[in-house]
Amino acid sequence: MRVVEKRQLLSAEEIGRTISRLAHEIVEKSSGTANLALIGVRRRGVPLSERLAKVIHGFANVKVPVGTLDITLYRDDLSTIGAQPVVQSTEIDFPVDNQDLVIVDDVLYTGRTIRAAMNGLFDLGRPKRIRLCVLIDRGHRELPVEATFIGRSVQTSDSEIVEVRLQETDGEERVMLVDRVD
Amino acid sequence: MLQRPPHLLGIETLSREQIVFILDQSKPFQEFQRHPLKKLATLRGKTVAIAFFEASTRTRISFTTAASRLGADTMSLQAESSSLKKGESLIDTVRTLEAMRPDGIVMRHSSSGAPEFVAQRLEIPVINAGDGTHEHPTQALLDALTIRDRKGKLEDWNVTILGDILHSRVARSNIHLLSKFGARITLCGPPMWVPRELENLAPNIRRTPHIKEALDGADVVMVLRVQTERIHEPALAADEYIAGYQLTPERLRLARPDALVLHPGPMIRGLEIDSAVADGPQSCVLEQVTNGLAVRMALLYHLVGGAPADAPHPAKE
Repeated sequence: MRVVEKRQLLSAEEIGRTISRLAHEIVEKSSGTANLALIGVRRRGVPLSERLAKVIHGFANVKVPVGTLDITLYRDDLSTIGAQPVVQSTEIDFPVDNQDLVIVDDVLYTGRTIRAAMNGLFDLGRPKRIRLCVLIDRGHRELPVEATFIGRSVQTSDSEIVEVRLQETDGEERVMLVDRVD
Repeated sequence: MLQRPPHLLGIETLSREQIVFILDQSKPFQEFQRHPLKKLATLRGKTVAIAFFEASTRTRISFTTAASRLGADTMSLQAESSSLKKGESLIDTVRTLEAMRPDGIVMRHSSSGAPEFVAQRLEIPVINAGDGTHEHPTQALLDALTIRDRKGKLEDWNVTILGDILHSRVARSNIHLLSKFGARITLCGPPMWVPRELENLAPNIRRTPHIKEALDGADVVMVLRVQTERIHEPALAADEYIAGYQLTPERLRLARPDALVLHPGPMIRGLEIDSAVADGPQSCVLEQVTNGLAVRMALLYHLVGGAPADAPHPAKE
């Protein structure tokens, strides 16, 4: 299988502006930041959550706690795949009980990752509220999951892939729509 | 990614990379032990047979708890209640277990090589939980995890092992593991328990019957349980052992000031180890127990989890 790039969805500059807008929306719609915390889903949700926290610190002068969540142990396809995926650490060093959590991920697709992320969070306590912030919503949901904060909604076909490249994880900064060619 | 081995039978045949992989995969499970809710559904629907043909409490509880925290069910066979007492052969017993369709078997046996014998005949992964005087691989892995955590790395330590080395599968697995990471190993105990052949297990092994010499400059001291069933054959009195080999605070001062003290348990205070050492700041005994859970969860996740080898792969990514 080959993949070909169809078009660029976001440039580096647009990613920056989008994150800045999302950070403002999160604060605006949270009626106070006292209990607010961001949970980055491995892998690209982690740098995104850290950038959001940095922007919030810049304009609201509050340090929002940021945690990292690995959803591997909560995946719903583990009994159907051969070799088990590598488990990584979850690093949430604050209590989630009664917190106002925002899960941060790069792409919202089937919704299964977010279902797994919520299960992971419930194992750590009982949050007051959980919302979802994604850079790209590409549709094709298989579960009743919707994002509260969306960078950009994109119409895609099933064979297409949204590729998010971030400086911290990929050494470049852009979002592309690519297609699988048989 | 690494090729996952189908079984865990011993440390001797594992590569450094495979050992590091298991230790790295244990990290998330160490952190999991601190969660308020210690129950995953990751291995839901899987069954692990825990077959202990030799009495054990802590290793059996550790494996059973590890399986349970991953969401797997366990079926348990214990020496006292087993049909072995009625004369059934090992292979008939494990085939009977296999007929109940477990997804893996954790096995302890008094005969060296029994898990390998079973692994060659069953279709499911076998994890060795201790076989005769051969190996106890999960103990060595949890010891390595403890050393790596406390000292920041696993490589190049001076390791002293005290006690009945000859009959100890814990010692054997640890020697294999630590020597792969450049350890200089000193074996110390009554001469009849530290025969010359042990030097052939790995490079950089020395033997001494003198505890002061053995402890000098040690970074890690592993105290083995004195198997009281052996202490009378050939004649060795408990007070002789205590006088010559008990790890006391005075003796421990001969090791490096930051030396770690490990003991696989069960500990007999006042025999192989003094209480002040067992409860002192250098003792890692309770961390070893918690780390054992993490290592066993990581192994069960990778060996027992996933689709059975013969199942068709669903196309979904």
